[in-house]
Amino acid sequence: MTSLSTSRHGDGLGTKPRQRRGFTLEKKHSLIGWLFLLPATVLIFYFNFYPMIAAFVRSLHTGIGMRTRFAGAYNYAHMIEDGSFRQSVLNTFLYLIVQVPIMLLLALIFASLLNQRALRSRKLYRTLIFLPCATSLVSYALIFRSIFATDGLINTLLLQLGLISDKIKWITETPSARTVIIVALLWRWTGYNMVFYLSGLQNIEYSIYEAARIDGVSPWQQLTKITLPLLRPIILLTTVMSTSGTLQLFDESVNLTSGGPGGTTMTMSHYIYKTAFEYNPNFGYACAMSFFILIIGALLSLIQLKVGDRRD
Amino acid sequence: MTKRSKFVIYFVLSLAAFISVFPLLWMAISASNNSQEILGGKLLPGVHLVENYENLLKNQALWRAFYNSARNAILVTFLSLLVSSLAGYAFEVYHDKHKDRLFAILLLAMMIPFAAIMIPLFQVFAGLHLISSVWAVVLPTISTPFLIMLFRQSARSFPRDMIEAARMDGLSEFMIFLRMFVPTMKSTYAAAMTVTFMGAWNNYMWPKVILMEEESITLPMLTANLTAGYVTDFGQVMLAVLITTIPTVVIFFSLQNAFSEGITGTVK
Repeated sequence: MTSLSTSRHGDGLGTKPRQRRGFTLEKKHSLIGWLFLLPATVLIFYFNFYPMIAAFVRSLHTGIGMRTRFAGAYNYAHMIEDGSFRQSVLNTFLYLIVQVPIMLLLALIFASLLNQRALRSRKLYRTLIFLPCATSLVSYALIFRSIFATDGLINTLLLQLGLISDKIKWITETPSARTVIIVALLWRWTGYNMVFYLSGLQNIEYSIYEAARIDGVSPWQQLTKITLPLLRPIILLTTVMSTSGTLQLFDESVNLTSGGPGGTTMTMSHYIYKTAFEYNPNFGYACAMSFFILIIGALLSLIQLKVGDRRD
Repeated sequence: MTKRSKFVIYFVLSLAAFISVFPLLWMAISASNNSQEILGGKLLPGVHLVENYENLLKNQALWRAFYNSARNAILVTFLSLLVSSLAGYAFEVYHDKHKDRLFAILLLAMMIPFAAIMIPLFQVFAGLHLISSVWAVVLPTISTPFLIMLFRQSARSFPRDMIEAARMDGLSEFMIFLRMFVPTMKSTYAAAMTVTFMGAWNNYMWPKVILMEEESITLPMLTANLTAGYVTDFGQVMLAVLITTIPTVVIFFSLQNAFSEGITGTVK
């Protein structure tokens, strides 16, 4: 930045002929900077912040279409009584609590395995495990739905292996339908998080591990004493991303299980969508539930940042 | 490493790789089977590929949806890379107290779940009479805090001397960005392109909300619509899924190295 100070002898008084109307070079650059970030900023304000405020205002109103009236906290009070909403919150949190830790742990394990320089074909393994990310959410939901059909591949396989004696109705019974969603989520996202960890591991000097090995540090200690502390910022990043992603689950709930049976696999976003755009559209109530997700998401990230960002 | 532990590692990784790839193989195989065979777990390619394709063409505007998806995704990717990289560059190169503050505010937008703003957004576009238009799909996804952050991080490694030298040569500020920053940051652009294109191509929720006319639907919507009736023909579904997946897999294979490089630069 010091090189910019050459412009100082302009003194902001316009003594230099090429600086118009008293602009110093620094001021001019700052202005150009504002100009460059203007489009992105306007778009984010107009399509993110404004709708967020509008959603909050809308959540304080009831009624349909243009005929709405102020109702205060009515919609929020209704959320507590609404069994379907409570169910969708429960489902979403179940996915969050069960799926996210398993996924991040698996991703961490695969990444540390792939960081062993003594292994061959590491790049091929990375590519293959990362590959599920290339499928769209709708696509993989439907692929899993066909594999887990009652007469489908998984049941045939399990029957032949003698692991089950009766066909499991994967999609149409609650515990198994939830399991299928969790398995599908693990399949789609583990490789994605693995790539983040692998990138993080590659920023750690490999010689640290070699030195540790020579000093007789066990692989477990290498993981807990070297890898985990150094990866903390990335683990934090992936936890925050996965949490906000899970709170917003939609495609899987819609296409894999259709939220069934009886709404026991339906996510919050799916229920909000149904409330807003199916049956009798109720925008105000849907907005109140949306705002609830926003608050929960913000709270969870805040907690994660507080817990994860402490320095030793 | 002992021979045995090496064997265990290879076994674990091979199993993980197999599980990762299998559903995609299954998809490719199933595109040539009929619904009954797919739901019966048939593992070999069949003879119904042409039949599935003809049924799909008969019932759905397949290539129309393909065109819509491609147009939307390309438009979003191009505009998004331009707008976000320009902003990321500006936040780093021209940074001052006020811009840093604005940057922190913009990052907050990452916390907003899409479901939370979907309804007001719908009303915004209804007010603009843009429902079902390409702009309704494109505009809200152009500017994302994640990409701005990605480009700001990469701008950090862009040498200031180059900017100064270019200024001496009388290059305008925008030309410095376009002619010097853009070509230097190829791997960041590749990473951003992968993320943005795939996100736009695969986007389902917002297009489902805002695209209400039959002829503006996208491939994921078309695929999901195939399962809307009482009886779902999984032969058609699997073929549609295959057609949806091919472009993203191609992009994935051509850009994955650049993607990890770009990510590595960001998580440093």
